[in-house]
Amino acid sequence: MTPRFRDLLALEPLSAEELSFLLDQSKPFQVIQRHPLKKLATLRGKTVALAFFENSTRTRISFSAAASRLGADSMNLQAESSSVKKGESLLDTVHTLDAMKPDCLVMRHAASGAADFVARNLDIPVINAGDGTHEHPTQGLLDALTIRDRKGTIENLNVTILGDIQHSRVARSNIHLLAKFGCRITLCGPAMWVPKELEHIGPPGTSIRRASRIEDALDGADVIIVLRVQTERLHEPALPVDDYILLYQLHAARLRLAKKDAIVLHPGPMNRGVEISPEVADGPQSCVLEQVTNGIAVRMAILYQLIGAAAAEEGAQTAADSAHSSDEKAR
Amino acid sequence: MPIVEKAQLMSAAEIDRTLRRLAHEIVEKSGGTGNLALIGIRRRGVPLAQRIAKAMNAIDNVEVPVGILDITLYRDDLSKVAPQAVLQSSEIPFTVDDKDLVLVDDVLYTGRTIRAGINGLFDLGRPSRIRLCVLIDRGHREMPVEAQYIGRSVQTSDSEIIEVRLREIDNDERVVLVDRVAE
Repeated sequence: MTPRFRDLLALEPLSAEELSFLLDQSKPFQVIQRHPLKKLATLRGKTVALAFFENSTRTRISFSAAASRLGADSMNLQAESSSVKKGESLLDTVHTLDAMKPDCLVMRHAASGAADFVARNLDIPVINAGDGTHEHPTQGLLDALTIRDRKGTIENLNVTILGDIQHSRVARSNIHLLAKFGCRITLCGPAMWVPKELEHIGPPGTSIRRASRIEDALDGADVIIVLRVQTERLHEPALPVDDYILLYQLHAARLRLAKKDAIVLHPGPMNRGVEISPEVADGPQSCVLEQVTNGIAVRMAILYQLIGAAAAEEGAQTAADSAHSSDEKAR
Repeated sequence: MPIVEKAQLMSAAEIDRTLRRLAHEIVEKSGGTGNLALIGIRRRGVPLAQRIAKAMNAIDNVEVPVGILDITLYRDDLSKVAPQAVLQSSEIPFTVDDKDLVLVDDVLYTGRTIRAGINGLFDLGRPSRIRLCVLIDRGHREMPVEAQYIGRSVQTSDSEIIEVRLREIDNDERVVLVDRVAE
């Protein structure tokens, strides 16, 4: 029995089997990225609504490319220019979008739990493209796919996450996924960004440790995930950028403390010269561009799974309805 | 509805002999094997294509490349396929441009699988020719598709099912005709 998914709101509730299934199902779409003709007709006639209530360029483009390569159309809600600015409620906005009959809603919102709230109020599948500081499930999946491709496995690796963990939905999705495969997680960054509670966010038995010195955090690492420093957050409390660079930047000398074959991931957009040195960002251990390519494959797999399952349900419903009406005729 | 086995259509020895005959026919009709490649359609077309390539090697001492095509994403019945079919990658390690391709599948029935397969191949390039080879042709076409190389043609009714069992996949080696019977 293959797993079926109604929505994709978070990685936390998914089992290792379900996560592996989604990664496996992304593989055929990776192959399609290398085809001369990348466009399928699998979801022809389907529409994906993209509602980004928070600014995003790369994730939105990635979802839009994924939809288009599956043959689906997408419609875009631009938060800056939309009714949101005019005071419409979230629920009214998504109901309006839903009335245009899309087959799936992809949404990003500044409030944690927003996608979950919308999913409970809509019949179509909802994909969380980032909600506040909660989760960014497709990023978690594409990171895992990138790691699995490079390392051959995602089991029992030493994974170090650097930066502002506290405010990072990417880090949470990474931790929830990787912890289920026995990875040992090390979190490192300024104390205000790596609070103690984070040690307990994984499932019971998860190995999560905090390190305040980057040298300790990198020792023995197989995978290093560098998070973007949101410079606007450096004021709470004040930490000058120069100090951040001095203490936490991943540069070549520090990277040598990790395992020789360690890989470096960054969800983008990068602040070159702040959290990561250009040398590391462009070096052979960097997977940054693979992450971008894999992002489309993962999102194609998710759209295919969710819209396919919804179409099957609708098909079953129609079959039941017509069986019912033929019963009536027989009577 | 219970399923009963009605008849055995081919034994292991017959499958083997048929595949060797098909290999001969393809080589003979291709006017040279230099440009030839076989494409097995997942799942049972794959071992069949590999065996035919092996038989060709025995005839002409040529290495005919074999690719694997997964047609799930090219099917026309998303609502039936998506929830059950597990996607697998196509593995075609050569360019199909200007190649003389032979699609290989176990059973030719409605023709929809082959339509999907041809679509899939066109996403990879522009082959010079595509022909079709099947172990069993059971009729009931819904598409204008015919095979050039046929192991055996079998008259069937709609409720009957042809099961091709191959040792690589099924731990068995024969072709049987089964039927769904009303209780």
